[in-house]
Amino acid sequence: MSGSSGLLAEGQDLRIVGFLCNWCSYGGADTAGVARFEQPTDLRVIRVPCSGRIDPLFIARALMSGADGVLVSGCHPRDCHYAEGNFYARRRFEMLKQFLSVTGIDPERFHYTWVSASEGQRWQDVVTSFTERIHKLGPAPKMSGGTGYDEECLKEIAAAVSCGEQCPCHKEKA
Amino acid sequence: MRIGVFVCHCGSNIAATVDCPAVAEQAKKLQDVVFTTDTMYTCSEPGQNEIIEAIKEHKLDGVVVASCSPRMHEATFRRALERAGLNRYMLEMANIREHVSWIGKNKERNTVKAFELVSIAVAKLRNDQPLYANKFDVTKRVLVIGGGVAGIQAALDCADAGYQVVMVEREQSIGGKMAKIDKTFPTVDCSSCILGPKMVDVSQHENITLYAMSEVEKIEGYVGNFDVQVRKKATYVNWDNCTGCGACMEKCPSKKNVDKFNEGISTCTSINIPFPQAIPKKAAINPEGCLMLQKGKCGVCAKICPTKCIDFEQKDEIVTEKVGAVIAATGYDMFDHSVYKQYGAGQYPDVITSLQYERLMNASGPTGGHIKRPSDGKEPKKVVFVQCVGSRDPAVGRPYCSGFCCMYTAKQAILTKDHIPDSDSYVFYMDIRSPGKGYDEFTRRAQEQYGVQYLRGRVSMIYPKGDRYIVRGSDTLAGTQVEVEADLVVLAVGAESAKNAPALAEKMRISYDSYGFFMEAHPKLKPVETNTAGVYLAGSCLGPRDIPTSVGQGSAAAAKVMTLFSKDKLESDPQVSRVNTSRCVGCMKCAATCPFGAIKEVTDRAGNVKAEVIETVCQGCGICTVTCPQGAIQLQHFTDNQILAEVNALCQAQVDF
Repeated sequence: MSGSSGLLAEGQDLRIVGFLCNWCSYGGADTAGVARFEQPTDLRVIRVPCSGRIDPLFIARALMSGADGVLVSGCHPRDCHYAEGNFYARRRFEMLKQFLSVTGIDPERFHYTWVSASEGQRWQDVVTSFTERIHKLGPAPKMSGGTGYDEECLKEIAAAVSCGEQCPCHKEKA
Repeated sequence: MRIGVFVCHCGSNIAATVDCPAVAEQAKKLQDVVFTTDTMYTCSEPGQNEIIEAIKEHKLDGVVVASCSPRMHEATFRRALERAGLNRYMLEMANIREHVSWIGKNKERNTVKAFELVSIAVAKLRNDQPLYANKFDVTKRVLVIGGGVAGIQAALDCADAGYQVVMVEREQSIGGKMAKIDKTFPTVDCSSCILGPKMVDVSQHENITLYAMSEVEKIEGYVGNFDVQVRKKATYVNWDNCTGCGACMEKCPSKKNVDKFNEGISTCTSINIPFPQAIPKKAAINPEGCLMLQKGKCGVCAKICPTKCIDFEQKDEIVTEKVGAVIAATGYDMFDHSVYKQYGAGQYPDVITSLQYERLMNASGPTGGHIKRPSDGKEPKKVVFVQCVGSRDPAVGRPYCSGFCCMYTAKQAILTKDHIPDSDSYVFYMDIRSPGKGYDEFTRRAQEQYGVQYLRGRVSMIYPKGDRYIVRGSDTLAGTQVEVEADLVVLAVGAESAKNAPALAEKMRISYDSYGFFMEAHPKLKPVETNTAGVYLAGSCLGPRDIPTSVGQGSAAAAKVMTLFSKDKLESDPQVSRVNTSRCVGCMKCAATCPFGAIKEVTDRAGNVKAEVIETVCQGCGICTVTCPQGAIQLQHFTDNQILAEVNALCQAQVDF
């Protein structure tokens, strides 16, 4: 599902989702921007209030629906705007890493780190090295075939979910 | 839903590397988008008016602005929405400047990325709900941490405006670094003559409660309602009764304590008042030097104290204060020059720091204002000043300019000539940085009228020769090596963050940079605010500042507090968690994880246990939302559905330009 744009050179941009806490890392990414620290363009950022708001399921969902990599960044431990959100985040992400390998997703495609609002340079390094890592891994394998879900099947499931009670499959069951 | 998308050129900031019209054109294809346009400066008055016009003309329910960081202008555009009659939370921003145009050079790829960020924003906006703020009371008292000149100014301004001030100072007396200085540049004013009256004002002001020898232990709560715990350290003297007569100091047999106020160039008694103008003028015992506290033998001070206020049993005491705002003015520490091994690493008695020299020149200092060499008490005839010791030197982890050292060195060179007319002064400098009012004239006066020799170059080595010192350095203007024989060497040490600054920042939940200086909310436009509502900053805790800037920032922080206190009620941020009671099973896992205690247990009419969010206490972090096994508690404006919509938009985006 990676970008089908004709403008993109083949094999260049991969789909990397970033979840950033508003206070430290989003600020750090802003600082990097203000300082014009050049970075690869693959990463797209979703802003959340705190790394503690990031449900591991968001990351799993992103990776299962076509993301080639997920990068999470929050405030440094002990420097959380919400006192301890990043500690919860850390525990959850460590669990997630175990879980990802069980589901067949390469845990290398997921990385979490801490970047403060003043660390523009660090943010540049984090983005660059993670993008390089994902490029080395290449595009993520589609979540079909082995699991028995091909695109047609996924579409059917999506249709069934969105149509809800009106769907024949529901009626049949009833 | 009817959505409008506004793509900002930001002059050429965005337009130079993003095809803004193409992004706007593409955005038309997104679901629910009925209007798109690209504007030169969306944040300008015509830009905001365009949004307002479009909302009215196209009956928009929500707006996406693709421009700079939401940390920059989210509030601006929310106000614009409100002016157009929309709920302010029906706005999403796509950050296509800091996160796209400024970090990527490839226009095609930038354009695709910018469009995808717009599609994320549209996807989220489609799930946005109008939110409404609650009102809550403000405690109109302010905590000022730090009793230096910045803190003093902030406290006096707030107190004069009629608000109660709690000032917490770590040391025995307020006054900070300025109280140790002899004269100020460039006016050569007597420092204690201009600071002293302000210190007295603090002690006598009916609105100011001063806790000296105290530290902030804990800060809890939120803007308008902070609970602060202050640790009053044991002084072993009952300060309610101590008159500061000094009789105890005269009789104390233990006289070999390091005199912190005099920067260690002299000694003091174990029971001590740091300097004659100290505020509060109360004695305190240094427990490490006190014979009674260490060995249980002595107690002379207790015997002779006329008010019987010595109390060897005293313990630290915790007091709790309620305040509505916090001003941190915790200042800086002098750089520890002992890392410079080539300068003697603090071993040569006559190689001293600038602040020690300041104490030598000060009439209330240990030498009564006569400049004497610490080693033998002789008057130095040749004084060498070495600048940038711990400034502009990445080798010692201090790449920044400390700002005020050029000026205080010029001042000290001038004063040296005043004190010892037949002396010569040399200054090794890298550049002279004197940008303030009257500053450059002052450094020129040092060179031209006072004949101070300025040599441009770093000092490579200082070593003793007989009872004098050889200062070896380069003169980069002449292109030669130079050696100067000196009686006294003064190192112009730079500033670094106060030792406990990061720990305090964590207590206040504000950011600090890699050097430990506190971070302002915006370096240009919010210089004394932090990203934590109700916490303000002043002075050198932000980075090295001279006295006028510190005083200015003290007043600025006070003005911000007064603005906050001008309202009787504050509006709470409605981006808080909300419980869906039909889903909640009352497991209370959310309450257990909430760092703010913002979730309480309630019983509904059927007698079932449910969670309830205390809206004014909730800070909107969303830890509970992730914790809830039922998905029953959702952080408004950042719900699961909204974030998943963003993820979907991103992972399923099909871009065809």
